[in-house]
Amino acid sequence: MNSLVWMLAGLILMVVGGFASAFFGVRRSRYTRQIGAWSLAAGCAMAMIPSCQTLWSGVSVQLALPWPITLGTFHVGLDPLSAFFAIPICGLSFLGAFYGMEYLPSNSKATGFAWAGYNLLVASMLLVVLARQAILFLTAWEIMALASFFLVAFENERESVRRAAWLYLVAAHVSAAFVAALFFCLGHYTGSLDFDAWSGGSSLPSGIGTVIFFLALVGFGIKAGFWPFHIWLPEAHPAAPSHVSAVMSGVMIKTGIYGLVRVLTFFDTPPMSWGWTLVGIGITSGVLGVLYALAQSDLKRLLAYHSVENIGIIAIGLGLGCLGLSTGRSLLAFVGFAGGLLHVLNHAVFKGLLFLGAGSVLHATGIRNTNRLGGLLKAMPVTGRTFFIGSLAICGLPPLNGFVSEFLIYFGAYHGAVAFHSGLIVSCLAVVLGMALIGGLAAAAFTKAFGIVFLGEPRSREAAAAHEAGPAMRAAMTILAIFCPMIALLASSILQLMAPVLSTVLHVSAGVLTSQLEETVYFLNQIVMISLFFGMVAILLLLLRRSLPGAKNVESAVTWDCGYARPSARMQYTASSFAQPIKALFAFLLGSHSHLTPPRGILPQAIASFTSTAPDRVNERFYHPIFEAILKGLRRVRVLQHGEVQLYVLYVAMTLVALLIWCLR
Amino acid sequence: MKLLSLIHPFLALLLAPLLLGVINRVKAVFAGRRGQPLLQAYYDIWKLLGKGAVYSRTTTWVFRAGPVIGLTAVISALMVLPFAGQSGVISFSCDFVVMAYLLGLARFFTIAAALDTGSSFEGMGASREAQFSALAEPALLLGLAALAVQSSSLSLSDIFTQLNLQAWMKVGPAILLVAAAMAVVLLAENSRIPVDDPNTHLELTMIHEVMVLDHGGPDFAYILYGAALKLWLFAALLVNVLMPVQASNVPVNFAVALTGMFVAAIGVGVVESIMARLRLLKVPQLLVGAAVLSTLALVLLLR
Amino acid sequence: MISLSQTWMDGLLVMLMLTNLILLGASRLGHGIRLIAIQGALLGALPILGGQHGWTARMLFLAVITIGLKAVVFPWFLHRALRAGEARREDNPFVGHTASVLAGLVMLTVATCLSARLPTVGAGHSMLVMPVALFMILTGPFLITSRRKALSQILGYVVLENGMYAFGLVMLQDVPALVELGILLDAFVALFVMGAAVHQINREFDHMDADQLDSLKG
Repeated sequence: MNSLVWMLAGLILMVVGGFASAFFGVRRSRYTRQIGAWSLAAGCAMAMIPSCQTLWSGVSVQLALPWPITLGTFHVGLDPLSAFFAIPICGLSFLGAFYGMEYLPSNSKATGFAWAGYNLLVASMLLVVLARQAILFLTAWEIMALASFFLVAFENERESVRRAAWLYLVAAHVSAAFVAALFFCLGHYTGSLDFDAWSGGSSLPSGIGTVIFFLALVGFGIKAGFWPFHIWLPEAHPAAPSHVSAVMSGVMIKTGIYGLVRVLTFFDTPPMSWGWTLVGIGITSGVLGVLYALAQSDLKRLLAYHSVENIGIIAIGLGLGCLGLSTGRSLLAFVGFAGGLLHVLNHAVFKGLLFLGAGSVLHATGIRNTNRLGGLLKAMPVTGRTFFIGSLAICGLPPLNGFVSEFLIYFGAYHGAVAFHSGLIVSCLAVVLGMALIGGLAAAAFTKAFGIVFLGEPRSREAAAAHEAGPAMRAAMTILAIFCPMIALLASSILQLMAPVLSTVLHVSAGVLTSQLEETVYFLNQIVMISLFFGMVAILLLLLRRSLPGAKNVESAVTWDCGYARPSARMQYTASSFAQPIKALFAFLLGSHSHLTPPRGILPQAIASFTSTAPDRVNERFYHPIFEAILKGLRRVRVLQHGEVQLYVLYVAMTLVALLIWCLR
Repeated sequence: MKLLSLIHPFLALLLAPLLLGVINRVKAVFAGRRGQPLLQAYYDIWKLLGKGAVYSRTTTWVFRAGPVIGLTAVISALMVLPFAGQSGVISFSCDFVVMAYLLGLARFFTIAAALDTGSSFEGMGASREAQFSALAEPALLLGLAALAVQSSSLSLSDIFTQLNLQAWMKVGPAILLVAAAMAVVLLAENSRIPVDDPNTHLELTMIHEVMVLDHGGPDFAYILYGAALKLWLFAALLVNVLMPVQASNVPVNFAVALTGMFVAAIGVGVVESIMARLRLLKVPQLLVGAAVLSTLALVLLLR
Repeated sequence: MISLSQTWMDGLLVMLMLTNLILLGASRLGHGIRLIAIQGALLGALPILGGQHGWTARMLFLAVITIGLKAVVFPWFLHRALRAGEARREDNPFVGHTASVLAGLVMLTVATCLSARLPTVGAGHSMLVMPVALFMILTGPFLITSRRKALSQILGYVVLENGMYAFGLVMLQDVPALVELGILLDAFVALFVMGAAVHQINREFDHMDADQLDSLKG
């Protein structure tokens, strides 16, 4: 039997289970969560197996079913590229479901709807990567947008959540509009809406290719969160329930990357300008994303901005790959795409983990503001440890998985820099500079996030009363945390598994890639050797530390406080003070606002205050004026809306008459 | 060949604390003092290793892991470094990225351990360290990019084999610029004047020293030893750039390279003696300056 | 084959670049004036060290005049103006000092890219002369527009003038000494006028913030 049938059955199971959960939820049944989560888990497992098979064997399968929609055929396919994106979707959603079972309030009417939305979101994401036909893809894209919109609006009693949800809805539909334009443009020039017909994209008239690329860049870029289309991420991610944020940030935004890569496969050799654009967008997203992340004090907003950064790193990888394709340097193309795509997987793992960790902090304390947290590692050891591993991984530090993909991109950049090709060198050096800056700043951002939230003393009563998350939540985080070193240690095998994916992207048969694969695997093995050496030395030093004569002679005391008699937890360095020097240094990029009311007089009466915020400049300077102008324009149209029924009937009648006249003219 | 490259790690592990002694002696001579014994760092480490430890009740396992991981990361980073014409123990394309990121790992743990104490002094130091290292990293990686471009090779060992007298004749100014950038990175990464004062006594003005304020006993011994090894690592990089040894005679090569190391230590000592510390607000400018020097070298190489 | 004089010249040009970059990052005005003096001396030494046809009397004469003016007389004038004024530092420029250095890097890259497209007239000269000259020509206006203090703006003007001098070195290899001297004289007079003006502004307003001159209009 066709393995795609299995997969589709899995999707249907999820959706049916989701709606069943909503049905039970309205009746406040105990089974709401179980039905939602287990149906999703079963569906994910059913989808996971064929995906793994395809990735393993490299054989693609296709399935076309009749579909009674104009221009539409239900054409789905599973090739290595789709499978590569489907696997993290299934895996992270699976873990997210179990996490959500404990995370979501159990006896609320809305819980059932949350499950329906979650299952629908997962099913639609899988359908997006499976779809092989424009209308089907757009339908799935739209369902994905709506399902996630309802999930973002889950806590809609809060004003900020409603605002975030609306912003997200607008962004998602602008994205859908560009994607639709892209598909119809392709359809117009090739005479078909089927992806298979588009593979020869290079035969398009010159100029149209670039138009298509830019439509894809905007349409998919909005979903992926490229700067300057990222503004919905820092609003929507904090608003959604945490396991949904994990799925949205970990895998949903990657569907944008999938779309972009899929469009790139339609072209044999992209022009250099595409590579430059991707690299440029990548560096901008990366650096600005991490800078804005540093400036945030809301933990989930910080993570959301980090998604912008990581999407930037992915875009850098893809851009280097494109540059390699256009200059005919196969090794550069190989490591560029390999690094970018591997980072897709890695980011799904560690960003999923971090959002789940942030969720359990939120669950335990009800606080998202890092300045009021602190000392949670003692109360929440598992969450703390896994968050620590996630932080190390997202900073790209060895011996964890983030390092491997970043290393591949570094290698690509250095390889391009010594290649003596003038178009390549400048962008490659810019990548080195950008990646180095991103690396350092990410370390600053995550020492801040982890250090302020989990270390030191609690800064508020809620933080002091924190408790560890439940077993399912802990299990989900632990599994993801184990994946971080695992992926790094098995990097060379994973890269070998990725060979069919890369051969799809690079338009060569898998056999041609052997030499590039060999070279890459060689240095990945060396990295594994260093990692093992690192582990060995660490164990040796630890043993030495234990066996020293003074090892048993341990005393407890207070932290050195310069002899001050009454230190309090409020005297600790806060997240804002930790980030202040960097914020000040990059003020020309960030444009943060601060407001100071200093204490006046010898005995100050009025309360002094200091606030500093870093509102997104793109939002403030670009989108806000545009939407204001649109709103102003629309206010004029509002005159038509009187609220009188007679008038509306008159509009309808007039329209009909006008249409009739136009048709019969 | 491979066996010979094992010599360097042992030399580093053995001699690194001596560099600290040399620096201190130079500073003492400049100040007209007799100064501590050259082997003082060894005595310190030995004494600290025998002591017990005092931990703050605020701290967790992160605080205890900091020194161990910090030292481990530096030792691992030493493995890719070529020395005296011998290639590193492990050598592959872009091994210097691994080196830089291993140092980043050490830094991450040091900062986390500092924040673990909940002290505002240590938070302050951690914040500064995070800021300055984020700026030092581009300078280092761009400088290495310049060297890679100069030699058209990607591993540290190959880069420094290619860096010979002919290269100096051809692109001397560019290599000098890289060396200058590396020297600034050396001073910044090892918390030396003009970036940080290793002997300061006021918590408010420290960077590295304040972060390890609460460590004591064997933990502090690890930190001290790690700092010495890190100094060795950067000094070795600098020596590799400035004194390419090409002689076929291995002992001579080692002698030359070791002399270079001690000359570098003396250089650090001289800089520390004749310069004042920069205002903290000026440090970023210095580090950006180092990145600019690296970029300038690239411009010179690529024009 | 690369001759030794070429290597020397490369070194000089790199130092010129560095003085320029440091000038962009310098906040103390006195420091800036010293840098300008160094730059002048380097520029003056350039034709001597870079000459391929041996030293001629004319060349030496020109070098001595250049060094005398750019490294001694100009800085002396500027120091006088500095002493007369209150301000010792450029405290709050429109573009920050670190950002200015980065902008300098961008300008240098642009200059290098541009000079690769320009026809090289002075063949035999170091390939670096053109980028350095363009870099200085770009830096001058940048300093003038991004700084508040009148003295910094004069520094910018001098850098611009230095850039043109270096440019002339490439473009007009066998230019009559008279023309070069004319240019120098021009710069001298301009600087004299500006120095005097700054002096007057100081006396009248107790400051030399050029951006506050708009208070003069009626």
